[in-house]
Amino acid sequence: MTSAQLQEVEHIPNHAESSSERHWRDYFGFSTDHKVIGLQYLVTSFVFYCIGGVMADLVRTELRTPDVDFVTPEVYNSLFTLHATIMIFLWIVPAGAGFANYLVPLMIGARDMAFPRLNAVAFWMIPPAGLLLISSLVVGDAPDAGWTSYPPLSLVTGEVGEAIWIISLLLLGTSSILGAINFLVTILKMRVPSMGIYQMPLFCWAMLSTSALILISTPVLAGALILLAFDLIAGTSFFNPTGGGDPVVYQHMFWFYSHPAVYIMILPFFGAISEIIPVHSRKPIFGYKAIAYSSLIISFLGLIVWAHHMFTSGIPGWLRMFFMITTMIIAVPTGIKIFSWLATMWGGKIRLNSPMLFAIGFVGTFVIGGISGVMLAAVPFDIHVHDTYFVVAHLHYVLFGGSVLGIFSAIYHWFPKMTGRKMNEFWGKVHFVLTIIGLNMTFLPMHKLGMMGMNRRIAQYDPKFTTLNEICTYGSYILAVSTLPFIINAIWSWLYGEKAGNNPWQGLTLEWQTTSPPAIENFDKLPVLSSGPYDYGMGKQANTETVLGETYPQIESSTV
Amino acid sequence: MDSFAISLVNPFKSAVKIPSSIWTLLIGIVLTLICLWYGQNHGLLPTAASDEANFVDGLFNAMITVSLGIFLLVESVLIYSAFRYRRQAGDHEDGPHIEGNVPLEILWTIIPTIIVIGISVYSFEVYNEIGGFSVHGGHEMPMAHKPMEMKGAAMAATMLADIPTSNNDAPNTEVTPQTAEKPSELIVNVAALQYAWIFTYPDTEVSSGELHVPIGQELKLNLTASDVIHAFWVPEFRLKQDVIPGRETTLRFTPRKAGSYTVICAELCGPYHGVMRTQVIVESQADFDKWIQEQLVASTENLHQAVALNSTHLS
Repeated sequence: MTSAQLQEVEHIPNHAESSSERHWRDYFGFSTDHKVIGLQYLVTSFVFYCIGGVMADLVRTELRTPDVDFVTPEVYNSLFTLHATIMIFLWIVPAGAGFANYLVPLMIGARDMAFPRLNAVAFWMIPPAGLLLISSLVVGDAPDAGWTSYPPLSLVTGEVGEAIWIISLLLLGTSSILGAINFLVTILKMRVPSMGIYQMPLFCWAMLSTSALILISTPVLAGALILLAFDLIAGTSFFNPTGGGDPVVYQHMFWFYSHPAVYIMILPFFGAISEIIPVHSRKPIFGYKAIAYSSLIISFLGLIVWAHHMFTSGIPGWLRMFFMITTMIIAVPTGIKIFSWLATMWGGKIRLNSPMLFAIGFVGTFVIGGISGVMLAAVPFDIHVHDTYFVVAHLHYVLFGGSVLGIFSAIYHWFPKMTGRKMNEFWGKVHFVLTIIGLNMTFLPMHKLGMMGMNRRIAQYDPKFTTLNEICTYGSYILAVSTLPFIINAIWSWLYGEKAGNNPWQGLTLEWQTTSPPAIENFDKLPVLSSGPYDYGMGKQANTETVLGETYPQIESSTV
Repeated sequence: MDSFAISLVNPFKSAVKIPSSIWTLLIGIVLTLICLWYGQNHGLLPTAASDEANFVDGLFNAMITVSLGIFLLVESVLIYSAFRYRRQAGDHEDGPHIEGNVPLEILWTIIPTIIVIGISVYSFEVYNEIGGFSVHGGHEMPMAHKPMEMKGAAMAATMLADIPTSNNDAPNTEVTPQTAEKPSELIVNVAALQYAWIFTYPDTEVSSGELHVPIGQELKLNLTASDVIHAFWVPEFRLKQDVIPGRETTLRFTPRKAGSYTVICAELCGPYHGVMRTQVIVESQADFDKWIQEQLVASTENLHQAVALNSTHLS
């Protein structure tokens, strides 16, 4: 990190592991290879997805009937608190980091991330943080103040559980910050010399925007959590009104991170979809620069919309109008992306395989979350539906219909690169159909529930909402079942799947120009771009052989 | 891939030669009509029981109309493309090399911008109508902090035109149902605690676990919490205000439709958050006065009753 020397040398491996073969044990150890770390992120976060999913189904089972009859109200509150915390901080955010780890160095022709050891440290903070969080269930004092953990409620429920929640989130936040520094430096400094910023794949643009957002906003969350911990453990009164503290200040600090967190969770998958749609539509991405800059604009605007979560907290009227307008404007760059993806598909030669189906599903369901987001931005309507199931529906259309479908699309798309084998198409389609049915059954009725008067975070509700809640609950069971074909397919294909070859989708970005799975050093020699990342339809058949140029300039990073 | 193959005959290729512009126009008209119809008939909102609710519903109807249009447009282009431009078996060519279209991109930047500006302006108007910006009566009774205002019903002046409304500028004016025939606003102090609501009418010192309000009477709620954050929400009024310990928040509105509606706590306040509910009864002035009189008889017991009522919910 301190002495980055640039010198021309012969091919010298710059990894800690100099053996040319990958050992399975590498995946369980402190490897500094970005590809190993990427898979570690993805597998770990998927395990947490399953745990968070079980919690979601327990919550939905409780909500199948209006009365409290499945778990106690205390356990219910812990379940939805842990469900949200796990899904956000241990599934979607690290899954994005996982893809970025695996793909960014390959896409820009680098041999690894800028700071490989820092990268490994960032990953290895996640499993202990996650285990700590889940251990709160064993301790018998799980956090139960919601994932927002508003004081004073969070200060008067279980102290141990709340402390565990804070420590876990501080660890996860630190991991996220370390990852973001790494992505930023890697993307800006480690591209092959022939790759200008506008030859960079859009996934890298998305990660650039995401990383900037993480670096600016996550420290504020850490600040809020540390002050909350003082209130909780040392009895200070930063947010505690009994000592003159102000609970609304916590809300400002919390949402200063947690609204950008939504973009931290969706931007990487905007990037992934921008890669997947052109490859399977066999057409260049429509409006490259518009998509690239819309990521940056979303990232900037994402920083100045946080108080739209607080329209009922009693903030002044003019401030509500300011946050309403900034929130509304985010719809414009988001719309640009959606229309550009549609235009990319239009007139193409679309392969309707699993990655493309999930990408189409992503566009089709994310748009619902985007539209309900604009509605929620309108202050008078938000005052009615704030803290209701309408918001629950909205956020799940964005995070499930958006991020999670994006993750699945990306897994089907890059699985051949990561493992050298293709996933089974039939079971991929079964997974897709079940997911789309389950997702809409679970979350669509919630819009109506919220508007009709069902508030969120309740274990018991008005019996007039029973029918819609039953539909939601059965939908959530379909979602649970939909994961099974995916898990079996992924494991089976990893072991016995059809060999994919280096470039099964005839992609033009650099990650497809090396072997599958890539060699430990990614590229033998410095790749030279022979085409832009999306130059489909120019008569250039995707070459499966790497275009090789000079050897890599050797960069020694001595400290990190 | 092949296992999923559906041999789809493209209806557009085999159709009689009608120019595509006419098809586009017809589809556009049909979609617009569907959106306009749905915007008025969505049935997604409960009864509108306050003056404010009608404004909010107007905004929502406009938004759902536009939203449905955008939704149908995106989904139909998406699904149409997926079928129409499917790769034919054996075709290994790429699609056309089209990198963009600047006029089209400008168009789909400007149109959404206009839409969101339109919604913003409409929201601004509605917010003004329901009293979001009214400045009068805003700074009374600070507790630990300046009170945060969510003022309702600035249109009280027009609704009650026969009454001088000057007392809006004099906060805390003692207006009692006894002294004024139609006071411009009825003040109710609302205390929220885990897991109950207590409504106190300062003029008569009546306390109750239920909120009774006369029809057409502008209401001002002063909300305080003693433990954690709660939120006062009546879906039929379309109004919600957080109740925050350490400060007083206010909410103004004018109930317009007789009936009994549920007051819901909308902010997570603990394990029994879901049962923190009570009723608001909107009734005629005569019924309201009668109720107040009844309460006055046993007003000292009402507080206990309110708490007792709630503890039965808990079991």
